[in-house]
Amino acid sequence: MKPAPFDHIPARSAAEALDALARHAEEAKVLAGGQSLVPMLNLRLARPGVVVDINGAVELDYLREVDGTLTVGALVRQHTLERWAVGRVPLLAAALRLVGHIAIRNRGTIAGSIAHADPASELPALLLCLDGAVVARRIGSERVIGAGELFVAPLTTSLQPDELVTEVRFRSPSPDAGWGFAEVARRHGDFALVGAASVLWRDGGGRVAGVRLAFFGVGPTAVRAGAAEAVLAGQEPTAARLRDAARAAAAALSPEADLHATADYRRRVAAVLAERTLGAALERSGSGA
Amino acid sequence: MGAKYFGASVPRREDPRFLRGEGRYVDDIKLPGMLHAAFVRSPHAHARIRAVRADAARRLPGVTRVFTFADLARWMKPLPLFGAVPPGLAARVSVTMRQTPQHALGRDLVRYVGEIVAMVVAERRAVAEDAAELVEVEYEPLAPVTDMAAAAEPGSPLIHAEWGSNVAVEFATGFGDVERAFAEAGVRVRERFAVQRYVGMPIETRGVVAQWDPRDLSLTTWNATQVVHFVQQGLVAALELPPHKIRVIAPDVGGGFGTKANGYPEDLLIPVAAIACRRPVKWTEDRREHMMAAAHARHQVHDIEIGAGRDGTMLAVRDRIWIDLGAYNAWGIVLPYNTVAHLLGPHRVPNLHVECRGVVTNKTPNAPYRGAGRPETVFAMDRIVDTLAREIGMDPAELRRKNYLSAADLPYELQIPYRDGNPLIYDSGDFRAALDAALGAIDYDGLRREQAECRARGLARGIGISGYVEGTAIGPYEGATVRLDAAGHAVVATGAASQGQGHETSFAQVAADALGIPLDWVTVVGGDSAAIPFGVGTFASRSAVTAGSSIHEAAGQVKAKVAAAAAALLEAAPGDIEIADGMAAVRGAPDSAVPLARVIQASLPTFARPGVVSPDFEATVYHHQPTVTYTSAVHVAHVEVDTGTGAVRLLRYVVAHDGGKLINPVIVEGQIHGGVAQGVGGGLLEEMVYDEQGQLLTGTLMDYLIPTAMELPAIETVHLEYASPRNALGVKGIGEGGAISPPAALANAVEDALRPLDVRVTRTPLGPSVVLGLITAAREKAERPG
Amino acid sequence: MKRAVRLTVNGTAMEGAAEPRTSLADFLRDDLDLTGTHLGCEHGVCGACTVLLDGLAVRSCLMLAVQAEGRSVMTVEGLAGPGDALHPLQQVFRDKHGLQCGFCTPGILLTAYAYLREHPAPSHEEIREMLAGHLCRCTGYHFIVEAIAAAAEAMG
Repeated sequence: MKPAPFDHIPARSAAEALDALARHAEEAKVLAGGQSLVPMLNLRLARPGVVVDINGAVELDYLREVDGTLTVGALVRQHTLERWAVGRVPLLAAALRLVGHIAIRNRGTIAGSIAHADPASELPALLLCLDGAVVARRIGSERVIGAGELFVAPLTTSLQPDELVTEVRFRSPSPDAGWGFAEVARRHGDFALVGAASVLWRDGGGRVAGVRLAFFGVGPTAVRAGAAEAVLAGQEPTAARLRDAARAAAAALSPEADLHATADYRRRVAAVLAERTLGAALERSGSGA
Repeated sequence: MGAKYFGASVPRREDPRFLRGEGRYVDDIKLPGMLHAAFVRSPHAHARIRAVRADAARRLPGVTRVFTFADLARWMKPLPLFGAVPPGLAARVSVTMRQTPQHALGRDLVRYVGEIVAMVVAERRAVAEDAAELVEVEYEPLAPVTDMAAAAEPGSPLIHAEWGSNVAVEFATGFGDVERAFAEAGVRVRERFAVQRYVGMPIETRGVVAQWDPRDLSLTTWNATQVVHFVQQGLVAALELPPHKIRVIAPDVGGGFGTKANGYPEDLLIPVAAIACRRPVKWTEDRREHMMAAAHARHQVHDIEIGAGRDGTMLAVRDRIWIDLGAYNAWGIVLPYNTVAHLLGPHRVPNLHVECRGVVTNKTPNAPYRGAGRPETVFAMDRIVDTLAREIGMDPAELRRKNYLSAADLPYELQIPYRDGNPLIYDSGDFRAALDAALGAIDYDGLRREQAECRARGLARGIGISGYVEGTAIGPYEGATVRLDAAGHAVVATGAASQGQGHETSFAQVAADALGIPLDWVTVVGGDSAAIPFGVGTFASRSAVTAGSSIHEAAGQVKAKVAAAAAALLEAAPGDIEIADGMAAVRGAPDSAVPLARVIQASLPTFARPGVVSPDFEATVYHHQPTVTYTSAVHVAHVEVDTGTGAVRLLRYVVAHDGGKLINPVIVEGQIHGGVAQGVGGGLLEEMVYDEQGQLLTGTLMDYLIPTAMELPAIETVHLEYASPRNALGVKGIGEGGAISPPAALANAVEDALRPLDVRVTRTPLGPSVVLGLITAAREKAERPG
Repeated sequence: MKRAVRLTVNGTAMEGAAEPRTSLADFLRDDLDLTGTHLGCEHGVCGACTVLLDGLAVRSCLMLAVQAEGRSVMTVEGLAGPGDALHPLQQVFRDKHGLQCGFCTPGILLTAYAYLREHPAPSHEEIREMLAGHLCRCTGYHFIVEAIAAAAEAMG
């Protein structure tokens, strides 16, 4: 399975990449980790005339935490963030461990996975769960797109063809916030049939001061379960209330059937995983006192 | 047997090159001037070919030739057919059989997605693929036939018009009086079980390299095949060349499993391309091609009923079997009759009636894949046995213990013939002992106690049992030539071929023992049609028995020749010569010992004298194997089901296995492990899925799910040994057995885990969505009033 | 169309020319005649094509040859010592019957080699997780896991 012919433009800086994207627009695809793009090239499912390779743009390789915001440059590999996150943002470490396999994470980038927007992948849901955003640049402009506005449809974001994601941002949860993460996959490392990520923190009285719940594998994009969050916000986190939140979350979903799972399966298991991850987040959360 | 090496887990001779990356697989072969082929394959499941336009493709720079049927008509003989009904079987079972051979290129009709319509040859594979996209084929789509039941209905579109039917194979057989037995049975249970379409999926895809020598009009082809002589015979027929002008070599092959023991269009098309282009041609199948063009397998439905006394004594089994064969019936009686012959397995059942129907559909054609009908039939039997156990409230282990044959019952004859037409007689084994061994190894009673404790905590764990009896080493023959060189080292040539089974080691063990020479003096050459003129190949777990027996006999004959020569040299009687470790000596006179090289040297004539004997230290034996020898095993699976997500986790897996005498025990264990892994894949993960239009939806390894190390536990093996009485070595075939029982054991275990919900498992694979669907349905049914 | 590619393979400077669409796997196999790296799927699932890129395991079917410019690659051919000596990892695979057809083996050896350098004493569970990115159809992984566990001890 060899790709159709294409031109390869190695960009040595973000500016060079933007220039190439501006010149070639619809015909160009950005190559970062290549773990999503190259299979599509090999299968001839993607046939760009030009591949803009940003792996040489070292200015995009940075990982910083400033005032509780984690900024991840476009070239940061998944394994780099996975290692950094151990002990710092355990939700990210736990989730990244299930992204593909070692060799995939050694090349695949955080930004690339988010821009690829596979509805069954983990990172878009994490972006939603951690109040994330991306920085998108094109020649002459730069904008920040919040996670809520980024994911439009399967494999489709609100990015323009000549825009490059140069940075991904996550809000690091506070130290006393609990987290939960669970997915069901046919095999270890596969795309999820259903998955959920959750963060929860409590106030001095033990009530839910804030909660985030995001799903993946349940519809055309990763989604944040606003309905569930509303059930819990400001409330005492009883088992019954967690269950109600989970049910509300699942009821708001419109999953689809595919080869591996029915729509009904996805909806039911979304509720189960929501309850499990919210429960785990609750258990891990500090009292906030 | 003077066995120094037999029975030892000798480290494999072939390993160093594989570990260094110096194996030589078909795609590693590079020849000067070599061209690369790619194929235009039908995107339709069923269509008439109206026109093929290749001008644009031919004009692409780097393209050498584009071939359609018309271009290659003179070579387009039909591909070989297998599975004719042997006379012994035809005499006892009336079989309706329809077989129409496939042609290497579609001419008027294509009958499955992936069938070849045109061949492109170019300087590089990437260019060949570019050109293949430019070939315009005008198709007239026809109604696809995708459901095997509907295919057999009158009025269904026909896949082979001349048949007047889509039923390719049909027969009924049995023994005893099932009607009366059912009437008298205290309990009857009946169920319909479905085994999905799943396949071998070796990690190396197929591949062919062909080189034509116009000077001596000879063809050499390297082919990732398990059956070099079959491929050779096909080429002899199509190219109208004598066999010695066609050499088929299977180099290192990356897994076969039956998928590479088939007659394929590419086997012929690549050599034809090499002849037409007068340059070597290579084709390496890519994975997407492999999914649609390499043989499919399994895909059976069983409507099975069992009658028994209320005490659990089995009285009768009736089974109506349907097999979806794909678009061509290339394998005839093999899969259908294997299914029937292995249905009852280790159970004593005095009355049987089976009806079997193989149907063609517009899908990739089936060929035998590891187990070849046995996994499907064992699934039906073990599932109905567990269903019976539930019906009468008996523990499934107890029910099996009550009905399994034991050593005292053997030899035991089933009153139907085996597929080769010979009597079906279990020659050796003790199935009840295997059951006890497996249950003991997994601590069945302990697991039952644990299950109860887990259930109280809301955790669903289950145990599933499956047992089989397997006819291995189908004949009719395999051969070996054993020849010594001047140093006394041996070359063993055989028609068997290795795709990972370790023949270079295990066959060397047999030869070294029989010859009395060190193991590393033996070189095994398999998979080369020039090394031995007649051969069958490696499949059906046959090589240890058939090739092994030939090697043993031939090596023994060579040793006798050496002994005669040594006797002449040492002036002793041949009966007084001992040969060991490459030395010949007169018994009781250690100082007389001479190296074999000296004995051989002395046999060569000189100007002064003739040799002590003629220097013929070679022997060829074609061991006749009229019928099979029986292995058996019991598998036990321990699973945990997450009732919230439907996910099944395999906790432990035990195999108690009789493989007869083992040449190399660790190689046997490895074969069992690999078979179990493929069986687990079939039970939980793997499925080839078609839609109603005959489009293959599982097109890559992202959708066809092979188990990884995370989906499998350590596989615990208990070896039992019941030597085969049917060959001198006492060996049995062990290549396939591991794959037979896992789907049944897993299905039984999942149903057992969900017993409180009264879930009924009737099909595989048991993915989370399927399992949760069963749980949900069972809960809703329980909540309904009345 | 073709571009020069200069890289280091198994410690030796090597050079070739590749079209942009040529994968690193094909470049190693066809242009540099290092056929120990195998292709099983060309879509990043089976792991047979795994090589080490600057010490990290990567799927060479998912990298373009031109991306390896100036980089250091290790293939299975770089594992064994001079002459006939197998690397201890290779030796242990042989001792434990950790391979059958050998097609998936090179990729697994390299992933294990890189992994053991960072995790010298993995549990069987951790080894299985490490192996999850490699498909083997012959062995059922049982002896591969035992081999890697034994290698961890042998490589100390």
